[in-house]
Amino acid sequence: MIARRIAASALLVAAFGAFLIPFQARLAAEAKAANFRATALDLDLREQIGQMGFLAALSGFRSPLAAFLWIEAHAAWENTEWGRMAGLFNTVTTLQPRSLLYWDMAAWHMAWNASVSAMQDTKQPSEALRIRAQRQYFQLGKDFLERGIRNNPDRYQLSLQLGVLLRDKFEDHAGAAAAFLRAAEFPDAPPYCRRFAGYEMAKCPGREREAYEFLKALYLQGEKQRLPTLINLLREMEKKLDLPASERLDHS
Amino acid sequence: MKSLRGTWAIGANTFTELVRMKVFYFLLIFALLIIGSSAFVAKFSFQEQFQMLKDISLGAMSVFTSLLAILATANFLPKDMEDRTIYTILAKPVPRFSYLLGKLIGILLLLVLALLLMAGLFLAVLWLQERGVLAETRAQLQGSSAEDLALALKEVAAATFNANLFPGIVIIFVKAALLAAMTLFLSTFASSGLFTILMAVAIYFIGHLQASAREYLMSGADIHWWTRGLAAVVALIFPDLQAFNFVDDVIAGVAVPAGLFLQVVALGGLYVAVYFSLAAMVFAGREL
Repeated sequence: MIARRIAASALLVAAFGAFLIPFQARLAAEAKAANFRATALDLDLREQIGQMGFLAALSGFRSPLAAFLWIEAHAAWENTEWGRMAGLFNTVTTLQPRSLLYWDMAAWHMAWNASVSAMQDTKQPSEALRIRAQRQYFQLGKDFLERGIRNNPDRYQLSLQLGVLLRDKFEDHAGAAAAFLRAAEFPDAPPYCRRFAGYEMAKCPGREREAYEFLKALYLQGEKQRLPTLINLLREMEKKLDLPASERLDHS
Repeated sequence: MKSLRGTWAIGANTFTELVRMKVFYFLLIFALLIIGSSAFVAKFSFQEQFQMLKDISLGAMSVFTSLLAILATANFLPKDMEDRTIYTILAKPVPRFSYLLGKLIGILLLLVLALLLMAGLFLAVLWLQERGVLAETRAQLQGSSAEDLALALKEVAAATFNANLFPGIVIIFVKAALLAAMTLFLSTFASSGLFTILMAVAIYFIGHLQASAREYLMSGADIHWWTRGLAAVVALIFPDLQAFNFVDDVIAGVAVPAGLFLQVVALGGLYVAVYFSLAAMVFAGREL
């Protein structure tokens, strides 16, 4: 009787397993395709968050752990401990790579706050070294955004922020234009992404004609795109390119 | 029909018994946690505040329901044997299968109620915070154009509620139901409640690694047959709890595909059915 029951249980488990393993594998592939469960729990993460943290991450409590570490990073910010903040941001973004807020804020703290602080560091008498530190923080901010984009290829927000960073901190207008354009390709991206791309393109030497055509196409899309900045830039470019009156837009 | 009525009576009785055990006191801790955390994060930007509130609340909901599922279920059989109520029930024409099903129904009812209360509390705090931030935004943008104001308010609303929160909460319940069925199965052959709890907690951790074992098994890499066999056994015996881990992505604002959600719910239902069948088989042969 007992042997029969054990055999029946084993048969049930085997039948269940034969169906289950391929089903679970398919489900995991579907989740991956939908950009779900993207976090890899590897040894690097284990070193970053310690044994207890790793245990919590393993048990499916990644987001509360990320929230607690974010609060810790906030405390580090209040004490202007930039290096510690960078480390904590690294861990938080590894734990919650799909949270745009964490990538965005981490990049902002590094490229805007830490870089300014490095430049105003009274303990560092050498200006060259201060500038070097500032650039390193710009680069850290850029790295956060680039990694964020790789982890969130289905969302526009971080490409938009990368465009802003390249424009304001690196003065890399070609790079900024490409980032804004990448953001604009998403159907839910706000219309200003495309305008920003055009403005940056206009600043790239040798691409004035391309930028003019791009901005003109935006202008022709209708009233919503016809903002004073766009109209003024078009006028300036018409003068700069010395376009004949027949090719110019009627801005009146 | 009579058996169904008996099962339902056992379920309702189990539920009442659990409520009388004052298990809902944990809700006080939950309330303190989310109200405390929402007050603590007030100095952050509103996006951060909402993100933290969701992180902590949904994480706590997941922890509490999982703990409740394991701890409440593990003590059923040992307690009923100690009180001798199991003998009174089974002496009547109640099949052992109905007895177990009734117990499972009771715990599932408790989990539904606990989750509803926690979700209600969480959504109420989120709503109150949203109201506060909206009022603040309106006051700050008093002189701005209607378009700017509308855009800012839309941004606040987008950072608080999204439809994905609901599938996330449903999946928390499905995972807890699976854990309850698994613990019930363990308790049918365990010698004590403590053993059941320890086993269930161990399986909980292993279950979150099951996906890695399965990936290793199916990777086609050049590995020893015995390693492959071990990975197969792990993938087969332990539930894949990572499959039920929607919360992290839901908080991050990732859209839950309907197909994936339904398949995960179905997978959870299947696990519950299999664990319950195993529990019924073992319990049928157990000497009481």
